[in-house]
Amino acid sequence: MMNNLVVLPLLIPLLAGLIMAMFRKNIPFHRWFSLFSFSLTFAVSLYLIHQVSIGGIQILELGGWPAPFGIVLVVDMLSALLLTTTSFVGIACILFAFKSIGEEREQFYFYPLFQFLITGVNGSFLTGDLFNLFVCFEVMLISSYVLLSLGGTRIQFRETIKYVVINSLSSTLFLVAVAYLYASVGTLNIAHLSIRVAEAGQTGFMTTIAILFLTVFSLKAALFLFFWLPGSYSAAPTAIAAVFGALLTKVGIYAIFRMFYLVFYHQPEITHALMGVMAALTMLLGGIGAVAHWDIRNILAYNVIIGVGFIVSGLAVFTYVALIGVIYYIIHDMVMKALLFLLGGTMIRIVGTSKLKEMSGLIRNHPLLGWLFFIAAFSLAGVPPLSGFIGKILIIQEGLAKGAANAGFYWLAAIGLLSSLMIIYSLMKIFINGFWGETFLTRNMEKGSTKGLLLPCVLLTTVGILWGVGAEIFYPVIEQAAKSMLNPNFYIEAVLREVV
Amino acid sequence: METLMAVIIGILFSIGAYLILSKSLLRIILGSSVIAHGTHLLIITMGGLKTGGPPILGGRADSYTDPLPQALILTAIVINFALTAFLLVLAYRSYAKLGTDNMDQLRGINDE
Repeated sequence: MMNNLVVLPLLIPLLAGLIMAMFRKNIPFHRWFSLFSFSLTFAVSLYLIHQVSIGGIQILELGGWPAPFGIVLVVDMLSALLLTTTSFVGIACILFAFKSIGEEREQFYFYPLFQFLITGVNGSFLTGDLFNLFVCFEVMLISSYVLLSLGGTRIQFRETIKYVVINSLSSTLFLVAVAYLYASVGTLNIAHLSIRVAEAGQTGFMTTIAILFLTVFSLKAALFLFFWLPGSYSAAPTAIAAVFGALLTKVGIYAIFRMFYLVFYHQPEITHALMGVMAALTMLLGGIGAVAHWDIRNILAYNVIIGVGFIVSGLAVFTYVALIGVIYYIIHDMVMKALLFLLGGTMIRIVGTSKLKEMSGLIRNHPLLGWLFFIAAFSLAGVPPLSGFIGKILIIQEGLAKGAANAGFYWLAAIGLLSSLMIIYSLMKIFINGFWGETFLTRNMEKGSTKGLLLPCVLLTTVGILWGVGAEIFYPVIEQAAKSMLNPNFYIEAVLREVV
Repeated sequence: METLMAVIIGILFSIGAYLILSKSLLRIILGSSVIAHGTHLLIITMGGLKTGGPPILGGRADSYTDPLPQALILTAIVINFALTAFLLVLAYRSYAKLGTDNMDQLRGINDE
């Protein structure tokens, strides 16, 4: 169904960013306008969820060019859910940035860049064209490069260089894969690709291209190829690291989701098995990293990696119920990772160092912070009734059910469970060292105040708890998302407006 | 023609890979730029090379060139241009700040 609203989640942040860039000196305007822009995007995305739940997949043909020729924007239930979560996380991180990012960064276009970053993220969730996905990736990445280097401390420069080089290389590989795919099937529209690949049959050559795509998206999503992530995410200021950890890797996962459920779904015994192996290794290596480190920033960065591994392990299982679990989990993970980074950032701000061994006893003066961290840790480990539980149980249960046919899935489920243990161990390490013990710091010795920083954390926690306790309420929506992901025909019919 | 292009693309990619694997930051940037050029050539080759055909499908023309790859590389070139410019500025600033362009010294063992 054609719907002009579809373009708004892309257009609002873009225009807001451009308008803000014109008034560089007016910081209060930047603050409130970016909050306004994300709230508007949030409202539009909620309305899109409503429309999709009534009228099915919504599309917009840009410039009026019909589907395989022009670029289409497509909103199905998964995109709508991710768009909503993105703008919500954006609101929380902007609120956190008000008090924590510092005037210097604010003067040098922090808020406009943040808007452009969200433009790229939303664009990637919306687009129905592979090359346009590349462009949206680049919009997102170029803003992220600038956000990462903004401030110009030594560590930021050092890590930004690595981040930029690795990402520009993976973008190049993305283009190579696009070129091969275009040469072999002659289209770049995702719905059209799905038809053409199904017609031509997914031969060995196609599967090779699919694996090239998997490599590219794994680099972006930090799936197995995550060596660049811990350094760069721990170099960024808290508000930026939170939005990176919550959103950027999820965009890569979303791309894997689209390509391997809509286009390259004919040979799951090769592509999805490879995904499973990569996911298992990611969980293990990320878990080892999280357990081994004694620095809050590093532990949190490795937790992002474990989350990615777990989500992709659900994708690799490739059944309907596992898919429902993945959708529950990916949204939980976006909210909770943002929360975790914000809480960790608040702790670092209070103590003035990120080294765990130099902090102790924060709970005496900051009980709310401590309890929020406790909830976040249990939620990420998957303790019921918090939000991580429902996704974890569905994915692991399906993995075990599939294990009867293929023993590899037993391993995947076992490693998934083990990874939860590693998450809870690494986060409890932060909790025990940071919050328990003797209180060294009196209130006036603290390096920074928590004034205004806990509001976004409380917001995120509330939504996290609601997502866990109210899982039943959201079920119809999730079910619709999973159904439309598992039946490529829904997507194709909506985009190409023909019955397949 | 396609064979020649394939060889050229291969050469560009190997030069780029060699440059990226070196230690000097400037060489790495040049290497990523060379690889990007190889990719652009790859895209235009993948669209099929025809001499003399206009990129318009009309009644009169006997052959026509696929216009899509041309639009694609135009976009890709612009993006790559912006990216290279940003990388060069970043490299200059970090050289000024860190005092080295040797990647070995940018490993970042807990020195701050």
